[in-house]
Amino acid sequence: MTAPSTSASQSEEICLSLQDLSISYGNKEAVRGVYMDIPKGKVTAFIGPSGCGKSTVLRALNRMNDLIDGCAIRGRVVFQGQDLYQRDIDPVEVRRRIGMVFQKPNPFPKSIYDNIAFGARINGYRGDMDELVERSLRKAALWDETKDKLRDSGYALSGGQQQRLCIARTIAIEPEVILMDEPCSALDPISTLKIEEMMHELKKNYTIVIVTHNMQQAVRVSDYTGFFNVSNREDRDSKVGCLVEFSETESIFNSPQQLATQDYVSGRFG
Amino acid sequence: MTPRTLSYRHGLSRNIWNRLLSSVAALFTALAVLPLVLVLIYVLIKGGSLINMQLLTELPPPPGLDGGGIGNAIVGTLVVSLIASLIAIPIGVGGGIYLAEYSRSGPFAQFVRFGTNVLAGVPSIICGVFIYGLIVSTRALMGQSYSAIAGGMALAVLMIPTVIKTTDEGLKLVPQELRWGAMGVGASRVITITRVTLPAALAPIATGVVLGIARAAGETAPLIFTALFSPFWSDGLLNPIASMSVLIYNYAIMPYEAQISLAWAASFVLVMMILAANLLARWLGHLSRQ
Ligand SMILES: Nc1ncnc2c1ncn2[C@@H]1O[C@H](COP(=O)(O)OP(=O)(O)O)[C@@H](O)[C@H]1O
Ligand SMILES: [Mg+2]
Repeated sequence: MTAPSTSASQSEEICLSLQDLSISYGNKEAVRGVYMDIPKGKVTAFIGPSGCGKSTVLRALNRMNDLIDGCAIRGRVVFQGQDLYQRDIDPVEVRRRIGMVFQKPNPFPKSIYDNIAFGARINGYRGDMDELVERSLRKAALWDETKDKLRDSGYALSGGQQQRLCIARTIAIEPEVILMDEPCSALDPISTLKIEEMMHELKKNYTIVIVTHNMQQAVRVSDYTGFFNVSNREDRDSKVGCLVEFSETESIFNSPQQLATQDYVSGRFG
Repeated sequence: MTPRTLSYRHGLSRNIWNRLLSSVAALFTALAVLPLVLVLIYVLIKGGSLINMQLLTELPPPPGLDGGGIGNAIVGTLVVSLIASLIAIPIGVGGGIYLAEYSRSGPFAQFVRFGTNVLAGVPSIICGVFIYGLIVSTRALMGQSYSAIAGGMALAVLMIPTVIKTTDEGLKLVPQELRWGAMGVGASRVITITRVTLPAALAPIATGVVLGIARAAGETAPLIFTALFSPFWSDGLLNPIASMSVLIYNYAIMPYEAQISLAWAASFVLVMMILAANLLARWLGHLSRQ
């Protein structure tokens, strides 16, 4: 195997297809040449040393990079047959279908109930709001802890609860894909465990892409893993991120094809 | 060999200098606070003793007569400040939102920020002359010259930079993650701003607006050329209107005892209103830190 591009498996249905994706900030290239087919209804993990562009690629999947000054994207991200970066694509619509959970819990300064209802309301949800709030909180394994204080501020929750609230908020808009950027990096081990358990439930209905710097977490939660790395470009001395290997999690950790992957997963650098 | 003493030695030159400079700093601090304290005490003594119901509700007497009050000037100051707020708050908050949320710090935004800073430093009398030239002397407002609306516009020019700046800075304090969170659940930019960012920045913005109003309400120079003055109750927004600051300006130098004491009473009311506005602003600021 030579090309770093890898399609996960021929039999899987593909959810997001990254084709020669390169992303730069200003005139500094952050990642280049990513080819990847993210399968539907699975958990895909991005691992790699910090600064290799995992967050950058993740944000490209729902056009979050639009909000960053000077971020430019080349290549294609195909979702349900449409290139997300075509001219006539509405980024707001993209983000409604592909939701995102961030590294730092960022609940709105509103009540727990309104945190969840917000997204549904602006998306024109017509059904029973109470029921939607309960369902979303249950899916995020937060219902039992919050059912008696739905009117309290989201800020009154602990960090782990806030993060699950943010996940519930994303679930409430009923997206097809959920992107998570190191959702557990600011959390204690017990909260982390709860979120990991929840992800196993969620993947029945959603495609999940998660960035993590914790390799055990990738092993525990993901079906597929992409290993990113920074490489020194030959022509200049600037560093640029790239996808080294993408395959079933099993084979990334047990029989990696690339030496760099082998070194990384065995903890020899990182 | 005896160990060197650790006790404080008065004669040491570094200790002498230390004491000397501390005293000098304390002296200058006292000098800086002195005018504030004196003005407050003076106004309190001269004006505070005059306050009664009649003074707050009646019209000023004709020159030479006794009694009367500053009722029309109090109403006038409130009316003109209200007009100014109605103009300055939408424009200022809108401008601040543009700068903080839309402009992406391009050259145009830099230019607007620079212009705002310059405008904030422009002497208030220039704002008055500007509105005088634009509206009063040209009789642009339905053929009227001096009017409450012209006065409100002059004060609005004065308020706008403060409101723009506090809105801009208040919005910049809102963590980026909050905007991303809203965008991440599919909020458009407008919804993100109106439903998430602006409410989160409400306290600092309100504080700035209140301070801006308080500053404008006490101004004389912009009103002399625009709202003028009137010894009567307000006769509609298109006619000249009384205000406390212009009342003070007019009456304080008159040779009549009654008018001079009205000027003192107006000073007292004005200072109290500005003090109250500042306390309100502090309270709003407190809210934001909770
Ligand atoms: N908002 C930004 N502006 C400019 N450069 C950025 C920005 N975000 C990330 N980068 C750069 O892009 C590269 C990849 O960053 P990132 O995607 O955050 O990496 P990771 O998530 O893998 O740690 C880094 O070199 C980083 O400095
Ligand atoms: Mg990152």
